[in-house]
Amino acid sequence: MTEPIDTSAGVQRRTLLQGTAGILATGIAPFVHAQEKVVLRYLGTAVNQDKAIAEKFKADTGIEIQYVAVTTDDVTKRAVTAPNSFDLIDTEFFSLKKIVPTGNLKGIDTKKIKNADKITTLFTKGEVGGKVVGDQGTAPKKVIYLEGEKSKKFAAAPTQFMSLIPTVYNADTLGIRPDLIKRPIESWAELLNPEFKGKTAILNIPSIGIMDAAMVVEAKGIHKYKDKGNMTKAEIDLTIKTLIEAKKAGQFRALWKDFNESVNLMASGEVVIQSMWSPAVTAVRTKGIACNFQPLKEGYRAWAAGFGLPATLSGKKLDGAYEFINWFLDGWAGAYLNRQGYYSAVLDTAKAKMDAYEWAYWMEGKPASQDIKSPNGDLLAKAGAVRDGGSYEQRMGGIACWNAVMDENEYMVKKWNEFVAA
Amino acid sequence: MSAPTASAHAPSPSVHALKAWWQAAPFALVFLLFFLIPLALIAMVSLWNFNEYELIPAVTLRNYASLFEGCSQLTDNGDLCVTLNTYLSTFKFCLLVWGITLLIGFSVAYFLAFHVRSSTMQTVLCVLCTVPFWTSNVIRMISWVPLLGRNGLVNQVLGGMGLVDHPVEWLLFSNFSVVLAFVHLYTMFMIVPIFNSMMRIDRSLLEAASDAGASAWQTLWNVVVPLSRTGILIGSIFVITIVMGDFVTIGVMGGQQIASIGKIIQVQTSYLQFPLAAANAMILLAVVLMIIWGLTRLVDIRKEL
Repeated sequence: MTEPIDTSAGVQRRTLLQGTAGILATGIAPFVHAQEKVVLRYLGTAVNQDKAIAEKFKADTGIEIQYVAVTTDDVTKRAVTAPNSFDLIDTEFFSLKKIVPTGNLKGIDTKKIKNADKITTLFTKGEVGGKVVGDQGTAPKKVIYLEGEKSKKFAAAPTQFMSLIPTVYNADTLGIRPDLIKRPIESWAELLNPEFKGKTAILNIPSIGIMDAAMVVEAKGIHKYKDKGNMTKAEIDLTIKTLIEAKKAGQFRALWKDFNESVNLMASGEVVIQSMWSPAVTAVRTKGIACNFQPLKEGYRAWAAGFGLPATLSGKKLDGAYEFINWFLDGWAGAYLNRQGYYSAVLDTAKAKMDAYEWAYWMEGKPASQDIKSPNGDLLAKAGAVRDGGSYEQRMGGIACWNAVMDENEYMVKKWNEFVAA
Repeated sequence: MSAPTASAHAPSPSVHALKAWWQAAPFALVFLLFFLIPLALIAMVSLWNFNEYELIPAVTLRNYASLFEGCSQLTDNGDLCVTLNTYLSTFKFCLLVWGITLLIGFSVAYFLAFHVRSSTMQTVLCVLCTVPFWTSNVIRMISWVPLLGRNGLVNQVLGGMGLVDHPVEWLLFSNFSVVLAFVHLYTMFMIVPIFNSMMRIDRSLLEAASDAGASAWQTLWNVVVPLSRTGILIGSIFVITIVMGDFVTIGVMGGQQIASIGKIIQVQTSYLQFPLAAANAMILLAVVLMIIWGLTRLVDIRKEL
């Protein structure tokens, strides 16, 4: 009885010591690297930090991944204020406008990335299947290339150095409860339709919430934005005014900030239509409640995340980080993410690691020929079901705008606070 | 009588004072390191300038000006400016929650102190009052949803009894639910100090009052209330400071549709607008200090303790 307990305590102590050694080694004693195993501190949000990925990578290469999980906003905050507290950052492309000018990230040398030329054209050219998609907001193609390894500026044309190597991306839309709405929903305008008075919710993360609101404003024909991701002050005023009017009329049941809140609102029936993220829709469904991630005619609001390297990273850790990125693009991780409903950056390698029926359901929009399961074995869709939004080309081709940081960000946040207070 | 003898043996006053300083030093040091210095830093940063990704040392009142921008007139929608509006709504919550927790807290403490005879029973009932604190704050608040929600327990009961045709919507994500959660969470902070002061009341005073022909209400109002005012004051300070700074309860129970200063500060820090957040924090601090100063003017807490 006591033996296993002893071992586990020993293991814990050992990992703890290793962790401490890793932390000490980064700044104080670089020469220790020679004897120490490489441990990479991976800063990102919990959603992307899958235990299975770290375990598989360790099994394949012997390099340990140490997850540091914080919120999206805090990833940016740490990157700007504490750039030596991580070895690898997983952040969203829109944060780059805040991080890159600080010089805290180094350009990633694409010559060291084996599959760099296979990264989907969505990132490099802003195209899906040869067709140009919407680039309003902080589209990755605008910020993915840096002028040099140590540059604080984005390059207009492709260069050898990338700011982030894309990991996951997706296109968001409204989530609905088809069983409670009982009619087809086709437009973003429905979010402010008085029919759903007191039964809608919007995202309370100002920079993203305002873009959802802008999709609605445009869908209602109130105003056509030049760039929803970079509004003028007058446009911000107009958008917030529309939101305040709706709020005063009692349109919103709640605003949400946390992923779990949105699941709760939807599952309890407090809300029947709201801004949502795809894993939240999946979470509602696994409770056995009908929920659609509804494709809408005005298109999607897309987001993308990627790996970046801190400017001070060097030696074995730098090599380890490159090894991890290469491994990540090599297919296993991509297949894992695709099976969760995200999209991976290099599609060919992921396809090789997925079964044909899985690929057909997730990426080609075909009816499932057999039950579709998540990587941990939960049933996600029964045979015959079709994925919301159809194929990769259909969904990602329907992008209208990207998550963004506006030039008038400070003014926007101020006005958003006005909406919350109204 | 004993004083002169004592001072004859005791060390000289200056040594005595030195000793007192030494005794106060550890806590004073902690206070300095972890409270005063950070506070001074916040005050400093509130005067700085900033852009999207860096803080720029400066002395500017721009952050304070920005907080009160447009406060001299109503907005297009007929509202006050955000800052005033938010403080007004926070004051409203403060007043409501303070009044209700005081009423409930005082009654419970009175019952515990004067009606429960055995001290074992008093302890047991006191512990019972802390039950809401046995689970995490977030779980407690989330569990209101199945109770008060549109399809929640209360609405099911009301509907089942035929009292309402449509589910009552204002039970959740409203001012009502915010006040309810606050009262549920913070009544405890009223009960304990009031109970504590009541236990110190000399029981013979109550007997004297009744011997002198005072009615139960007169005894309560003229004897018990004045003698428990320290407890009432301490409880009030707890409740008011917590409600002024809260943003989690207001956020969750108000469906994030009700503003609070804490929430505004949180949004600003998450967008790296630290100087603005610092300015906001300084104003909040000043407001809360003024309230506490006002309260301590009513009761001299040092004398009473």
